[in-house]
Amino acid sequence: MAVATGKSFASRFGVHIAVFIFVAIWTVPTLGILVSSLRDKDQIIASGWWNSFASSTQTEAGRLPPASAQVEKDGKFVLEGNIFGDDPARDISAFGVKSSAPTQYPAGTTADLGDGETLQLNADGSFVMTSTKPFEGERGQRVYYASSAPPKFTTDNYNTVLFSEGIGRSFMNSLTVTIPATVIPILIAAFAAYALAWMRFPGRALLIAVIIGLLVVPLQMSLIPLLKLYNGVGSFFGVPSKTYLGIWLAHTGFGLPFAIYLLRSYIAGLPREIMESARIDGASDFEIFVKIVLPLSFPVLASFAIFQFLWVWNDLLVAMVFLGTEGDQIVLTAKLNALLGSRGGDWEILTTSAFITIVVPLIVFFSLQRYFVRGLLAGSVKGG
Amino acid sequence: MAAQIFSAITVIIVGVGGCVAYFWGANKLVDIMFPSRGVAGAAAIDNLRRQGMIRPWLFVGPAMIILTIYLIYPVVETLRLSFLDRGGANFVGFANYEWAFGDREFRNSILNNIIWLAVVPAACTFLGLIIAVLTDKIWWGTIAKSLIFLPLAISFVGASVIWKFIYEYRGAGQTQIGLLNAIIQYFGGHPQVWISLPFWNNFFLMIILIWIQTGFAMVILSSALRGIPEETLEAAVIDGANPFQIFWKIMVPQIWGTIAVVWTTITILVLKVFDIVLTMTNGQWNSQVLANLMFDWMFRGGGDFGRGATIAIIIMIAVIPIMVWNIRQANKETGGH
Repeated sequence: MAVATGKSFASRFGVHIAVFIFVAIWTVPTLGILVSSLRDKDQIIASGWWNSFASSTQTEAGRLPPASAQVEKDGKFVLEGNIFGDDPARDISAFGVKSSAPTQYPAGTTADLGDGETLQLNADGSFVMTSTKPFEGERGQRVYYASSAPPKFTTDNYNTVLFSEGIGRSFMNSLTVTIPATVIPILIAAFAAYALAWMRFPGRALLIAVIIGLLVVPLQMSLIPLLKLYNGVGSFFGVPSKTYLGIWLAHTGFGLPFAIYLLRSYIAGLPREIMESARIDGASDFEIFVKIVLPLSFPVLASFAIFQFLWVWNDLLVAMVFLGTEGDQIVLTAKLNALLGSRGGDWEILTTSAFITIVVPLIVFFSLQRYFVRGLLAGSVKGG
Repeated sequence: MAAQIFSAITVIIVGVGGCVAYFWGANKLVDIMFPSRGVAGAAAIDNLRRQGMIRPWLFVGPAMIILTIYLIYPVVETLRLSFLDRGGANFVGFANYEWAFGDREFRNSILNNIIWLAVVPAACTFLGLIIAVLTDKIWWGTIAKSLIFLPLAISFVGASVIWKFIYEYRGAGQTQIGLLNAIIQYFGGHPQVWISLPFWNNFFLMIILIWIQTGFAMVILSSALRGIPEETLEAAVIDGANPFQIFWKIMVPQIWGTIAVVWTTITILVLKVFDIVLTMTNGQWNSQVLANLMFDWMFRGGGDFGRGATIAIIIMIAVIPIMVWNIRQANKETGGH
């Protein structure tokens, strides 16, 4: 739609800028966790992720060796060494000996600490501390320093999260929940949708109205009765009440109204002539459905499959109620929620876990966007 | 893990195979019981009629059973439970409802839900409409739309982590690693703990849902905008309308029906919003909403099903007008087909 207004350069330019700002606001947050998940965990807390390509500066504290390491030189007692030990990968810009002034002296200068003591700390971490009196005590001098480290990117966070934080396991659980919970409703809904669209039987109009009504019933209405029902069935048969089968059926139930609604409106729109000529040729309803309706309905089946897949994969509420919040069966969303509680400030764990949970939906979304949009349009423009 | 993959695949095959077997087997059974081929004319017609009576129910049967167990029965049961005590044993009349309206946390939730309902659908629709109009005018509009649409694929929990990182707080003067506080500090402002600021924290949670749902509004409205006849717009241009007049007086009225649909869809979603509040604040600092309060009461102190059910009923009551409107619209559209 090319509206023939706003032809002037300024307003054209304005549109580009405005859209660019919107795109930036909508993508930068996600970019933030992607970049952070690839950063070294010390750097994540030392500088903002937008600075991740610059060296990061952090203020740290270290301790010099105890008095036992001192040597006597020219009548002075001297402690020497490197504050980084064997790994001098960072640059020190300033140092100090008081926590209130951790960067009092520039690196390389010799600080007079009073009492005849001096300390020199160089950029590479090497230090020389001298004193006119012998050093005493088990604990060495406390030193604060600001050091900068070059940008460091790593996949360590992914290793940690996948194999020791249990995200890998949860990833498999999510797949185990999602695939059947996507396929089962499609089958059941497709048959029902065909019957509601092309077969005549009493009560059909009422059934359609009920399904449209159920489209908007909040999930919250179902939770308590189903939880009681599942607990009852579990204790009656002596089986666990939180099972994969239970959650598949729950997701099937919650997804069915939309599935039937979406499929019915598509199947009802298929050309009548095809059905009738097949019927004249002696095909039964079952044959018509399997051989004609199902293949023709592929686009709408794909639309619904994407919807249901994303909905089940991203669901937290149903998973928490019917599968629990801990243990072997915990799904990704619930795991991420648990990590937010237990690893609240560990951004390397949280950003990496979050990225793992969103990567599957993003792949599905980008590869099948056309079907997704089509389903969205069919599902909401016509009704609710 | 290999065992889990194997059992998952087995169960998928059994479950899906079971469904296929049911539909195929039931259909076969009808064919055998009431044969229409290879029998005399009158009997064949009779049997065809019987088949026609039974078969639709075989097709809709499984769907009806599942819908009954998972949606219809629970609605009735929740209503019943809302009049019972915490264990569901004794009838307490309207005591749960009286408790609700006297409870400070519940009233706070209602208030917050009203703010959410007032802000989120409006913001999503408005932003979605503006982006739809703007992206239609530029050559890279499709890419822009894809990127703005993308958060729709992200889970609420994932989105909460993403935004929690943006709202991350460090004391004044320290290096901020949260983008929002870094910007504030860069311009000389004072960093804030955004998600615990009373009242305003609601808006910081709403931004997450707006961020997710604007793409939805944009796609639907963009498609509706394309449905406006070119001639209408050209006529307006010839008559000397400026872009704002075209937007407000031609485009918006033409797609009013679609705007209503987008608005109601997001409204229903807002009523059910749970994940964002649970993961960001869990209702602390006066940010509670009904859906999260209900979840809380389901498990709080071993679970109070009476109060939980009452809160669910109140969410349901808010949805009923939309439900009635939907059914009416659908009836009008299909004309009873």
